[in-house]
Amino acid sequence: METIRACVLAAAVVAAPAWAERPADFLQRFESQARGEDASFRASAERGRSWFDRRHGGDWSCSSCHTGDPSTKGRHEVTGKAIAPMAPAVNPERLSSERQVRKWFRRNCKDVLGRACSAAEKADVVAWLIAAGAPTGARR
Amino acid sequence: MTITKPMVSLLLALTTSALASGGREDDGERSRSAPLDPFYVEECGACHVAYPPGLLSRESWRAVVGGLGRHFGVDASVEAQLGAQINAYLQAHASPRASDDREGRPWLRITDTRWFRHEHRPGEDGLYPGVFESEAVRSPANCEACHRGAAEGRYGEREIRIP
Ligand code: HEC
Ligand code: HEC
Ligand code: HEC
Repeated sequence: METIRACVLAAAVVAAPAWAERPADFLQRFESQARGEDASFRASAERGRSWFDRRHGGDWSCSSCHTGDPSTKGRHEVTGKAIAPMAPAVNPERLSSERQVRKWFRRNCKDVLGRACSAAEKADVVAWLIAAGAPTGARR
Repeated sequence: MTITKPMVSLLLALTTSALASGGREDDGERSRSAPLDPFYVEECGACHVAYPPGLLSRESWRAVVGGLGRHFGVDASVEAQLGAQINAYLQAHASPRASDDREGRPWLRITDTRWFRHEHRPGEDGLYPGVFESEAVRSPANCEACHRGAAEGRYGEREIRIP
């Protein structure tokens, strides 16, 4: 029953128009996708934080370019170019465009993990980015 | 004969301004500061500044755009249609001169071209040895570290500050 509900939800979310985008929409989308595999999945900002900061078999972690603190500016590890903060609380452009989010998860996950990120990994990262820079207590 | 810097600059100025205006006009004022199309900046200016199309040949740009899936150690892939659009823009504004290595293969890097190496010789114009590897610059491809207007395509001498 739960699985069916999650599937229906996931289908609805996938079909959602491309312009309705707030950070919470991405959290909900990835979380419900992840529930398609594990009905008890719940995104965790804390898990997202340590995952973001960790290497996954290659030379880089996500924080190599974004730093471990999403409320501050990052710097591209190779080119040296500044990268605006990742936390939507500090930088409202973040997690506001389906196209950007899809494009950068695709590229950066390939560079850091050598594969695509799972929905669960994306849900945790998004939870962490939303929580970072927001008043404490928002974390879970 | 040695090619002097003003000559190179002038040549570049002429080619970029002529090409930026599609060859229809040459107002001579645009010089190196050819304006960049916002769509190009959006697609090619996230990891580094969007490089001036006039600094590589058509063949070089074709090779760069053809290899975006594995682009200097990172994934810079784009959807096929967008790739074609970027390529068309670069082809239209590319340098008419070849940018090849000795074997005639197109350079993928502006910073490998003879023009670039000539214009950025260590020991000249304040370019102290090791400057390109310094913490503040990190790579010669980090144009913006010294050319403060590079993000908007401006490389004039007044906007150079070497960190
Ligand atoms: C080699 C450098 C690099 C690494 C490593 C990296 N990123 Fe990025 N990331 C970038 C750049 C560059 C951008 C786009 C620049 C910008 O939007 O300011 C970006 C943008 C993003 C965005 C877009 C956010 C938005 O809404 O605008 C997300 C999400 C993201 N990265 C997630 C990740 C994750 C997750 C990892 C680890 C798996 C990671 N990045 C690792 C360089 C990197
Ligand atoms: C995902 C990040 C990313 C994106 C997006 C990206 N690049 Fe790059 N690009 C790099 C990296 C990393 C380098 C190597 C820089 C260095 O060596 O300092 C590079 C280098 C280059 C160079 C050679 C620079 C030199 O040394 O002269 C060119 C030319 C180039 N990119 C063109 C493009 C074009 C055109 C696009 C848009 C289609 C693009 N790039 C998009 C990451 C990116
Ligand atoms: C370490 C600093 C530094 C970096 C990095 C750098 N440049 Fe330069 N650039 C200079 C200096 C210094 C000059 C010489 C200015 C002069 O003639 O006095 C110059 C000259 C130029 C000129 C000619 C300007 C003129 O007025 O004649 C162009 C065009 C240019 N650079 C483009 C680039 C591009 C494109 C990149 C990146 C791919 C780049 N530069 C990277 C420092 C730098």
